[in-house]
Order: sequence, then C-alpha cells, then structure tokens
Amino acid sequence: MSLASASLSHAGRPDGALNADALRADARRESRGLLALLSPGLLLVFAVIIVPIGWLFWLSLFDEAGQLSAANYARFFEQASYIKTFVTTFKVAFVVTGACVLLGYPLAYMLSQLPRRAAGVCLIFVILPFWTSVLVRTYAWLVILQRKGLVNTWLIDLGVIGQPLPLANNFAGVVIGMTHIMLPFLVLPLYASMKSIDTDCLRAGMNLGASPAATFRQIFLPLSLPGLASGVVIVFVLCLGFFVTPALMGGGKVIMWAMRMEQTTSLYSNWGAGAALGVVLLGVTLALLGLFQWLLGARATGVWSQR
Amino acid sequence: MTKRLCIHGMGIHGMAVACLLAAVAVPASAADTITVASWGGTYQEAQTKAFFDPTAKELGITIKQDTTNGLDDVRLQVTGNAVKWDITELGADECARGSKEGLFEKLDYNVIDKSGINPKLVHDDWVGISYTSVVLIYRTDVFGDKGPKTWADFWNVEKFPGRRALSGSQATETLSVAALAKGIPIDKVYPVDIDGALQSVDKIRGHIDAWWTSGAQAMQLVKDGEVDMASIWNGRAGTLKKEGAPVSFSFDQGVLTADCMVIPKGSKNKDIAMKVLARFVSPDLQANLPLYVDNGPANEKAFETGKIPPERIKDINSAPENVKKQVLQDPEFWRDTLVEATEKFNNLIQQ
Repeated sequence: MSLASASLSHAGRPDGALNADALRADARRESRGLLALLSPGLLLVFAVIIVPIGWLFWLSLFDEAGQLSAANYARFFEQASYIKTFVTTFKVAFVVTGACVLLGYPLAYMLSQLPRRAAGVCLIFVILPFWTSVLVRTYAWLVILQRKGLVNTWLIDLGVIGQPLPLANNFAGVVIGMTHIMLPFLVLPLYASMKSIDTDCLRAGMNLGASPAATFRQIFLPLSLPGLASGVVIVFVLCLGFFVTPALMGGGKVIMWAMRMEQTTSLYSNWGAGAALGVVLLGVTLALLGLFQWLLGARATGVWSQR
Repeated sequence: MTKRLCIHGMGIHGMAVACLLAAVAVPASAADTITVASWGGTYQEAQTKAFFDPTAKELGITIKQDTTNGLDDVRLQVTGNAVKWDITELGADECARGSKEGLFEKLDYNVIDKSGINPKLVHDDWVGISYTSVVLIYRTDVFGDKGPKTWADFWNVEKFPGRRALSGSQATETLSVAALAKGIPIDKVYPVDIDGALQSVDKIRGHIDAWWTSGAQAMQLVKDGEVDMASIWNGRAGTLKKEGAPVSFSFDQGVLTADCMVIPKGSKNKDIAMKVLARFVSPDLQANLPLYVDNGPANEKAFETGKIPPERIKDINSAPENVKKQVLQDPEFWRDTLVEATEKFNNLIQQ
C-alpha cells in the first residue's frame, strides 16, 4: 500500500536508475518502519517465549548433582515407560485428529452450505462447548461413559448388550473426551476456508458436465484442503500437550507426555529432568509442523498447477 | 484468651514453654503475619479450625493461607529465592527428600516440644503433623460382608473376582501393599524389598482396571461402581461411607503415611513460624484435628487430652489401637529409593 504510494511520489522522475535507487531507499525505510512497529511484539516474544525456552533447554543439560550431562535424555532410552508414553501421546493425537476430521469435515461442509442465518445459529452450537471448562466436560463424559453410566445403562436396559462396554478409564474414553474438546478447533478454520471457496468454480464445473460428486472431489475438496490442513495442525499440536482429559478418562492406563512431565518434575530434584521432556516434545512438534508445512506447500502448488 | 488457655494447658508437659513464648510474642506481634500452605479442600478447612485459627488467636498474629502442590512448589520458591510461605505441609517422604536437598530451615526443638511424636517423624528440619492411611475398600453390594479383607485377598482374583483399582501415582503406597499381599508381616514390610514388591505388582497388574492418580479419582471409581475394590486413603473412604455408599473398609493392613510441616529456607518470619509450628504439633491442638477430619494426629498425646470422644478414637487411624494393625511407611527409606522404585513401577504398570 505505502510502497505503491512511494513509487507514485517518484513517478515523475525521468531517470530510471535514480528512480530505482529511490525506490530501494524507500523500501528500506519502509522495512525499518515496519520493524520499529513490530519491535514491541518481537521483544515480548523474545522475553516471554524465546528466553524461557532457551533456559529450559539449558536446564535440561544438567543432572541432579548439577553437572553437565545427558542423563535427562538418556533416561528416555533406559526406562521403557518414557518411550511407551511418547508413543501413546502420538497415537492419541493421531486418532483424535482423525476422528475430528471424520466428524468435522461433513459438519463444516454442511455449515458452509446453509443459509447465512441458519449457519450462524449452528455455529453457536459449535462454539458453545468453549464456554464450559474442560474439566467439567471431561467429568460429564465420565458420567456418560462409565460402566454404570448413561450409555451402558440404556444399552443394557434396551437389551442391546449384556455386559457394559468399556468406554471409560481406557484409550477409547480418552479419544472420545478429547475429540469432543478438539472438534471446534477443526471446524472453525475449515468452515472459514470453505466459505471463501468461489461458488462460480463449482458452477463452472457443473456447467462443463461434471457430476456433483466429481465437482466436489475435483474442485471443492482440493480448495478446502488448506483450511483442513490448518485445522488438522491445530488439533494435532494441541492434542500433544493434553493433560486433564487423559488423566481423568484414561484410568491411569493412558499416560500422555504432559502427565509424565508433571510426574517427572516432582520426582526428580533437578528441573532438567522435566525440562528435557519439554524440549523433546517441542522439538518433535516443530519437526512435525515443518513436515506439515512442507506437505501443505507441495499440495498447494499441486492445486495451483492443476488449475 | 491466651491466659485462660495457658492455665488450662499448664498440666501438659511442654505447654508452659509455648505459653511463655506466646506471652512474649503478644505485645510486639499484633501486626505479625505469616503464610501457611497446605493441601486445600476439606483437609485444609479442618486444619484451619483445628490449628490455624486457635494459634492465630493465641499468639495474636494473622495466619494467611495458601495451597501447595508439594515439594516442587517449595523447591521452586527456595531455589528461585522467592519464598512466600513460612510454613508448608508436605508428605513425609517429600520432607525427607527436601531435607536432603537442603530446602528447609532447621527446627528449634527448644521451642517445639517433640514429645508424643513418633521419633521417625522428628527431624532436624521437619516434623510430623498428621497421618493418612491407605486402606482396602470394597463394595458391600458386590461382596456383602465377605469382601477382601487383606491385601492377599485383593490379589486373589479367583476367590474375589471383580474390578480393581490401585494407586498409579503413589508408587510407595502401592509397593507397600504389594509387599503385604505377598504375606510379609506388617512389622517386616520395611525396608521394602522393592524387586519382590514389583513382582507382586506384576502378578496383579493384568487385573487392575484403573490406576488412580488422585484421591478424588479413587473415590469416584468406588462410588460409581466402576471398580468393586480399591486401595484408597482413609479420609476418602470415610467420606464415601458418610455419604451412604455401600462400602466397607478397616485399618487392618493399612499403610500409615505421615504428613509433615517445614519452614522453607529463607522464610522471613522464621521465628514466629517456629512458635506457630510448636502450637500446631502441641497435643491440645492436635486433638482438634480428628474432630473435623479423618486424618489422625501425629502427636499421640492428643489422645490423652480428653478432647476426642472415646467413640471417635476407634475411627482414627493414628489411635494407638489402630496403629498396631498398620504398617508405618518409612519416609527415609523412600528418600533414597523413590526415584528408582517409581521408574521401575512405571515401566511395569505401563507395559
């Protein structure tokens, strides 16, 4: 915007080189100005995110005697439960993300097709659970899913099942509870991206003889993928750090990384033991984000070239 | 008020010292404020009535309260040079570990009268304050009155089929009951043969439907019939019974675990904290505790004050009659073995 106005102000000069120089100087001034505007935010990020994380990393390099050592990281390989916890964490995150996609995509699609007013009302129902605490919602699920909970009592009374289904205090319970909490994080970005899809593209496809299914598959689906990808990334990353729901719904059998962090922090006298867990989770999460970004980038270019 | 209480308490050994100190403290200390941290909830409410309010009144000070998550909170404050508590409660094994790390101020036993407190809970820088028991609870709607009575019964899945829960977060307690399940007599459990106890856990772990990580969770599991038997803290078990849940438990083969109090290193009100702590462990205030909550007093002289009704005494885990039936968890044993034992325990139950 201001770059455009800058080039305007120099538009009258006949000398091209001088003009280019002036433009460059303007651009530099512009970026300095932007940097100045950004600096409070950047400083804040540096002070409250970069420095503490750097410190966390630093702490993770010291053992209980305060000596520089790799003991905090070696523990992950010496004690089988850490790897197990790590695998469980990712397993839960994958399954919950998958469940959110299966439930959330049709929901977002339906919302995007509804008239504006009806969609607004439905969106309120999507957002509504945000206003209730995670703890309360998790307990509610426990009440619904446990052996003598609503679901099992009804199914047994109806004669559908003879024995209660194991829905709580196990992996299934964790996945159900977390999917409920995570669903809006997938639906909202997906809905926004679906709303921005140009309906003329769909009409054009139909016009050219594509069936509704083909239109959806070849036009709508690829165009909604960036929104889906950002939803998937948000859900997956949030899942990795979950604590309350697995702690309550897992019956102590589904130990996720955050729960282990809490335990390790109080078990060992050095902060490094817990810090190392944080560093590993952060590292793996960043690597995964990079991978997503790369895949998404490739995908987006693919869509572009198809056009 | 102070005077009346002092005269009343003169007969009890050690009270005179506390009274003298109280008398000295009163004139100068009207504005003195200290902060005491405990576990919150009904337990801390009981402590407020039993310990905090009477002490504040007697010494003419203000006792502010906070809640703690345990040793890491103290460690954070002390190592970060930001000590905001003058006294805090911890589990006894946390006290033993924190003591080894040098996180606490030395206690002055000229001010604090230690008589009546089990010597295992009296240390240079920490002192016992109350007891919790780990007990075996079972649902009477499932077993009638013929439920599992011993930990060997709990481990006997043929004779007592049913759903089971044990603590997954308190490795020390689960390993203690696992040792009892092997038939080890209560006076031989400590020092715990950790590998033996782990083998015992290995036998039962396939039959455990939930490994609880908090007292509230243990209570919920039993209350909602999610499990038919469990290890549980006696306070939670007592609450279930009071609420009318069909449950039964006893102190037979219970595991007595103590709580303790410390003055975090760097407390700015160390001297007043010492006097306050002296009052908290005194028999007459200790005797108040079981009037409000099921956690027994750490000072056995509390039972001699006459404050606790005899019919109440039999329900208190640290009453001499009940102590005989239970294993006293040794905090110093766990100080040196906790990390290794917990890691091994986690490896086992998460297989």
